[in-house]
Amino acid sequence: MLRAEKIGKTYGGVTALDGVDFDVHAGAVNVLIGENGAGKSTLMKILAGVEQPTSGRLLLDGEPVRFASVREAAKAGVGIVFQELNLCPNLTVTQNIFLGREPTRLGATDHAAEKARARAVLARLAHIDPDAPVGDLRVGEQQIVEIAKALVEDARVLILDEPTSALSAAEVEVLFGVIGELKRAGVAVIYISHRLEELMRIGDYVTVLRDGRLIASEPASKVSVAWIIDKMLGDKARQRPRGGTRKAGEVVLSARDIALPRRGGGFLVDHVSADFRAGEVTAVYGLLGSGRTELLESLCGARNAGGTVILNGEDVSTLSLAERCRKRLRFVPEDRQRDGLFHNLSVGGNLGLSSLLAFLSGGRIGEGAERGAIADMMARLGVKAAGAEAAIGSLSGGNQQKVVIGRGLMTGPLVMLLDEPSRGVDIGARGEVFDTMRALADQGLAVVFATSDLLEAQAVADRVLVLAAGRLTADLTIEEASEAALVAASNAVPPPFLFRETAA
Amino acid sequence: MATEATSSTGPSIVALLLKLRALIALAVVVAFFSVMAPNFLSASNFLIMFKHVAITAILAIGMTYVILTGGIDLSVGSIAGLAGMVAGALILNGVTLQPLGVVVYPSVPVVIALVLVLGGIAGLFNGVLVARFRIAPFIATLGVLYVARGAAMLLSNGATFPNLVGRPDLGNEGFPLLGSASVLGLPVTVILLALIALVAAFVAKDTPFGRWVYAIGGNERAAMLSGVGVERVKVAVYVISGVCAALVGLIVSSELVAAHPASGETFELSAIAAVVLGGASLSGGRGTVGGALIGACVIGVLGDGLVMMGVSEFWQMVIKGLVIIAAVVLDQLQGRLTASGRA
Repeated sequence: MLRAEKIGKTYGGVTALDGVDFDVHAGAVNVLIGENGAGKSTLMKILAGVEQPTSGRLLLDGEPVRFASVREAAKAGVGIVFQELNLCPNLTVTQNIFLGREPTRLGATDHAAEKARARAVLARLAHIDPDAPVGDLRVGEQQIVEIAKALVEDARVLILDEPTSALSAAEVEVLFGVIGELKRAGVAVIYISHRLEELMRIGDYVTVLRDGRLIASEPASKVSVAWIIDKMLGDKARQRPRGGTRKAGEVVLSARDIALPRRGGGFLVDHVSADFRAGEVTAVYGLLGSGRTELLESLCGARNAGGTVILNGEDVSTLSLAERCRKRLRFVPEDRQRDGLFHNLSVGGNLGLSSLLAFLSGGRIGEGAERGAIADMMARLGVKAAGAEAAIGSLSGGNQQKVVIGRGLMTGPLVMLLDEPSRGVDIGARGEVFDTMRALADQGLAVVFATSDLLEAQAVADRVLVLAAGRLTADLTIEEASEAALVAASNAVPPPFLFRETAA
Repeated sequence: MATEATSSTGPSIVALLLKLRALIALAVVVAFFSVMAPNFLSASNFLIMFKHVAITAILAIGMTYVILTGGIDLSVGSIAGLAGMVAGALILNGVTLQPLGVVVYPSVPVVIALVLVLGGIAGLFNGVLVARFRIAPFIATLGVLYVARGAAMLLSNGATFPNLVGRPDLGNEGFPLLGSASVLGLPVTVILLALIALVAAFVAKDTPFGRWVYAIGGNERAAMLSGVGVERVKVAVYVISGVCAALVGLIVSSELVAAHPASGETFELSAIAAVVLGGASLSGGRGTVGGALIGACVIGVLGDGLVMMGVSEFWQMVIKGLVIIAAVVLDQLQGRLTASGRA
C-alpha cells in the first residue's frame, strides 16, 4: 500500500538512513525493530511528513508522493502517534483531537459536531471524558488521545512509535484490541517497539533495521525471538570487547527503597535498592520508560524521591544536589547539549566551572592554577581540542562528553553517575568514552551509567542492574548478563502501575 | 480517584475563590471606594470611569491574544502614541501629494481607517520579527516601542498637535466625536469596547483561530505537528494587538482634541497588568478576554477611586504595583494547587 524506496537521510555529515526499502502491507501490523539509533524513528518521520528524505521516494498506492508536512501526510491518510506525547495540556480532549482540523459552521467552531465525533472515536478506544483537560489525564489516557487524533482523520496508514512504553497492561490490551479492529478495517499499522513479546504477538510482518540499513524483512510466521536478536545485533553480538577484570572495593553508594511517584499514580522508580562499589562499573539497563534516568536523578538529588541514599557511610537523603556534589557524588546528564554544556564558555571554562572555588587566590580566580588543572584534565582524558580556549561547539560529541565528565572529575569525586553517556557520540568515539569510564573505575571510582543499549551494558559494565517499569528485575554480574537474561529481565514486565494507588 | 473525591471539598473552595479572584478583587475595590469616596457610587462617575477603563481594556484585549500564545507586546503604548500623532498630522496638515503639489485632507472616517491600518502594519512588523525571525517577543516589541515613540516625536519635533476639530471648508470635521459623543446615553468608546470584547471573546472561544491561539500557548510543537500554521497565527495576534493600540491612540487624541507625542507611555504596563489580573498565565495557554476586561476594570477603578480619595499620584503607583504582584502570587498559588491536585 505504502512503499518506501531507497530512502536515504543524512543530518549534517551523519547518515541516519542508507537506502532503506520498506513495504507497508494493508490490513496488517508491520513491525519495525532495531536498536536505538538504528534509524526507525527517522524512517517514520519521513513516512509521516515530519522530515524530508535526502534521497529515495515514497509510493502510495503505486503513485509517487511527497509529504511536505504532517498535514499533507495526514490528508493522504498517513497518521502518526509519536513516541513522545504531543498534546496541549491546557486544551480538552476534544479540542486536542481536532486541533488543526476543527469542523466549522459559518466560520465558527462546530462544538456539537466535534464533540459527537470525539465521543464516537473515543468509544472505540477507552472511557475518556471528551471534556476533560488533557493535562489532567494519566499518561496512558493521553496516549489514547493521540491515537484518537490519528483515527478521526480516517488514517489508512497508522504509525505507532513505541505506543506501549507508558501504558498499563490493561491499556495495552485495549490498544491491541483497537489495532485488531483497524486491521480488519484494512488499515496498515506500522508498529515500533522494543518489547519483543509484544511484537511476536501482534506482528504480521517484521522488518529489522541496523545502523540505518535494512537488514531483513520477513512475515512474522517465519520469525523467532532469537532470529530478531541476531538480526538486530548482527556481528556485534558475537564480539564482546572486555577489559581485564578487577576486584570491586567497598560499597560507597547505597540506595534503599528509592521510590519516585509518577504524576497520575504509580511509580517511576518503584522501591529500588542497590549498592554501588568503588572500582566497579555498574550499568543500569532498561527500556524506554523503565525508570533508569529517574533512578540516577533520584540518587544525585535532581529529583525528590523517597527512600535513603547513603554516600560513603553518610545519609545524604535530605541533601540537595549541590550538597551531594560537595560530598563527591557527581552526575553527568543525558542531554549534554541542554543540561551539560555551557555553549558560551570555552572548553577550559566548561571544565573548570565546578571547581572554581579551588582556584581562588586573593578573592579572584587564580588563572595560572586553573589553566594548569584544566590542561592536566584535558591530557588525562585525551580531549581532542585546539586548546583550552577553543569553543565548546567545535568539539565532536565524544570530546564534549569527555569535557562534561572532566568537569565532574576535577572536583575529585567518589561516585560518577552517567546517564546514557554514549548518546549523540558517534560509534567510533564511543569506545573512547567507555575506556575513560573503565579507567576511572580502575582509579577507584564507583562508576554508574544508565543505558538502553544491551551491548553497551555488556561491553562496559562489571555488573548490570536491570529495570523494568521502575522495578529492579535483575542484578547480574557480567558473567551472568547474557543477552537472553537481559532481554528477559527488561521484559519481565510487571507492567507500569499507572492505575495503582500511591502508597503514600 | 476515590481519594481525590473525598479530599477535594476543601481545596476546591479555595480553588474556586482563586479562580474568581479578579471578580472578587473588583467587588472589593468597588465596595471600598463606595464607602471611602463620596460620589463614587454615581451613574455619572461610572460612565467617566468606563471611558477610562475602555482605554486599558481595548489594549488588554489585544494583549490577551498575544499573551495566550506565550508572547508579550510592549509596543502598544508607543503605537497608540504614534497613531494619535498620525491622526493629528492628517487632520491639521493633510497629505501632500508631491508630484501634483496638492495637499489633500482626508475625511475623518478615512483618517481613522488609515491609522488603524498603520497600527496593523506596526503589529505585522512585531509578528514577523517574532514568528519568522524568532526574536524573543520581549526584545522585538521593545525595539518597536522605541521606533514608534521616536517616529511619533519626529512627526512634530516633539510638539503637540492642538485643536483637532477640523475645518468645514476642508470637510474633515468631527474627529472629537469619537471620544466625546454618546449614543443612547452611552459614550461611543464604551460601545466600541463592548463590541470589541464580544467579537474577541467569540473568536477566542468559538473559532478555530481562537483555539489555535490557546494551543500554541499550551504546546507549540504539538500545535505545529497537528498542522496548525503556527507562524501565521503568531503574526495575526500581533496585528490584532497593533490595531487595538491604534484605536486607543485615536480615542485618546479624540478625547483630548489634541495629539501629544508622549501620549500612551506606560499604557502597555497597565494592559499587561490587566491581562494578568484577569487570570492569564504569562507563559501562555491560559486566560480569557472576559478576564482581561475584569482586570482592566480593577485597574481603572483603582486609579479613579484613589484620585477621588485624594491619594497622591506617587502612592497610586505604589499601590498599583503591589496589586499586580499580589495577582501574580495568587496565580502561582493557583498553578501549584491544580498541579498538586493532579499528582
